[in-house]
Amino acid sequence: MNTSALVLMLASVLTVTGFTLYFFYRVLTTPPKPEPDSFSDNDPEP
Amino acid sequence: MSKTESWGSRVGLILAMAGNAVGLGNFLRFPVQAIQNGGGAFIIPYLVCFLLMGIPLLWVEWSMGRFGGRSGHHSTPFILHNMDPKRALWKYVGVFGIFTNIAVAAYYCYLESWTLSYIWHSVAGTFMDMGAEGVASFFNSYIDISVSTTGIPYEAIWFWLLCLLLNTWILSKGLSGGVEKVAMIGMPLLIVFGLFLAIRGVTLKAGEHGAVYDGTVGLNFLWTPDYSSIWKPSVWLAAAGQIFFTLSVGMGSIQCYASYVRKKDDIALNAMSAGWMNEFVEVVLGGAIIIPIAIGYLGIDKVKELTATGGLGLGFKTLPYLFTQWGPWLSAIAGVCWFGLLFFAGITSSLAMGTPVMGFLQDEFGWKRGPSAWMFGLVVLLLGLPTVLFFEHGVFDEYDYWAGTVSLVIFALLEVILFAWVFGMDKGWAEINMGADLRPPTVYRFIIKYVTPVILAVVFLASLPGIWEKITAPASPYLHASRLLLLAVYAGIALLVRKAYLKRKRHAHGMV
Repeated sequence: MNTSALVLMLASVLTVTGFTLYFFYRVLTTPPKPEPDSFSDNDPEP
Repeated sequence: MSKTESWGSRVGLILAMAGNAVGLGNFLRFPVQAIQNGGGAFIIPYLVCFLLMGIPLLWVEWSMGRFGGRSGHHSTPFILHNMDPKRALWKYVGVFGIFTNIAVAAYYCYLESWTLSYIWHSVAGTFMDMGAEGVASFFNSYIDISVSTTGIPYEAIWFWLLCLLLNTWILSKGLSGGVEKVAMIGMPLLIVFGLFLAIRGVTLKAGEHGAVYDGTVGLNFLWTPDYSSIWKPSVWLAAAGQIFFTLSVGMGSIQCYASYVRKKDDIALNAMSAGWMNEFVEVVLGGAIIIPIAIGYLGIDKVKELTATGGLGLGFKTLPYLFTQWGPWLSAIAGVCWFGLLFFAGITSSLAMGTPVMGFLQDEFGWKRGPSAWMFGLVVLLLGLPTVLFFEHGVFDEYDYWAGTVSLVIFALLEVILFAWVFGMDKGWAEINMGADLRPPTVYRFIIKYVTPVILAVVFLASLPGIWEKITAPASPYLHASRLLLLAVYAGIALLVRKAYLKRKRHAHGMV
């Protein structure tokens, strides 16, 4: 690959992958909100 | 979806939203758009449009949905009406959010059924001894429903019905019991399949398995920048169009999914996570599969010729043949991975098209989940039938143009005006920030109010000559009938919305 193509590809791929992982990590590590407004409250009603 | 229904988990919601956005276009449209619009340099206008139009629209649609859901609205006619109750017009603008989903599902399920059929043919080894011409003509025979490709009469119709039944059945299982489960299984599998094919594509070696060039030759072709293209307005329009369609904004499905989020749960971070996940699938995986593999076997000139009319031919007519070069086992695995990832990309999107329709029937007419899912299936069956029977007469493309292209731009432009200028940015910004686990940069207040509407207006104005040309050009009776049918569907939904509105009014007066 020529240098400009390689630089552009790596910059794009790393940027997109980085943001994707960062935001998903934030989602996974953010503690749920207190009841009743969190997903843990979303269980089907009996 | 019942009014008490909601998402089972945060990850499930994000995967369902990402699945809604990820479609066949991530793999078939993005790389072709990049090739045609400056190669690697295309990524610059593409990412700028993502930041200035894509992200704002995601935040706008997620917050509109959660706002409407708080008042028990799960479809756009009354979500929009709820944001400006004094003007009756908005609920008819919101009709787009149901119309688009029905009309797009009508032809999209047919496309989805091709992937299902091609998974079967990949496993059965149908393509193994066909040769390049044979595989290409197999596709032409497949869509000509009168021709039987494998001895099953009307094979394309059977696969289409199977696909429709599958969609309807999953929808009837509800949000957390059906849609979310499919997303939780489908999205990780899609990424695994995509990674397998991307690694195969990038590591392709000239001389091995009949390849003529290394996979990196294709990557080089795709990513070599032509910086002069950045100054061309057509390239910016193509980038804006790609961002628009890849995120599934302007459809009404994001609002519907978000309307089932609890009132103070985060939307700012969720929207970012789902949006960037779609970008990962498109830029990282989508850019590393069809172009490197196709160029590895066919060379640059042939691929340029094949992609002149889009990526569909490359995906269905060429790739199955190229996989056969890898031997029977690997060919079957690659076929299952390729058409499997396209299938998961398709079904997670088509399920998102069903939920607004179901939400509307349940909210306004008190239907149960099962009957509303089957009604959606029936309407899609009836409306989709012309796209299957008269595919070769251009009915499929006609639906795609009016419902899958023009309607999205009009609806997105109007909804962003409603959000930023009528509902107001103060309330809108507060809505985006309510319960947020991520503080959106303040500059986005300005972007949502001024920049995004201007970009959308430019995209819309730029598409007007094409719309005019389409309307005035001579067209076959099939195309005229398709347009009338789509208009009738829009009018029919508007009448139902009117009926629901009057019912609500009567109910409100009765209460007084």
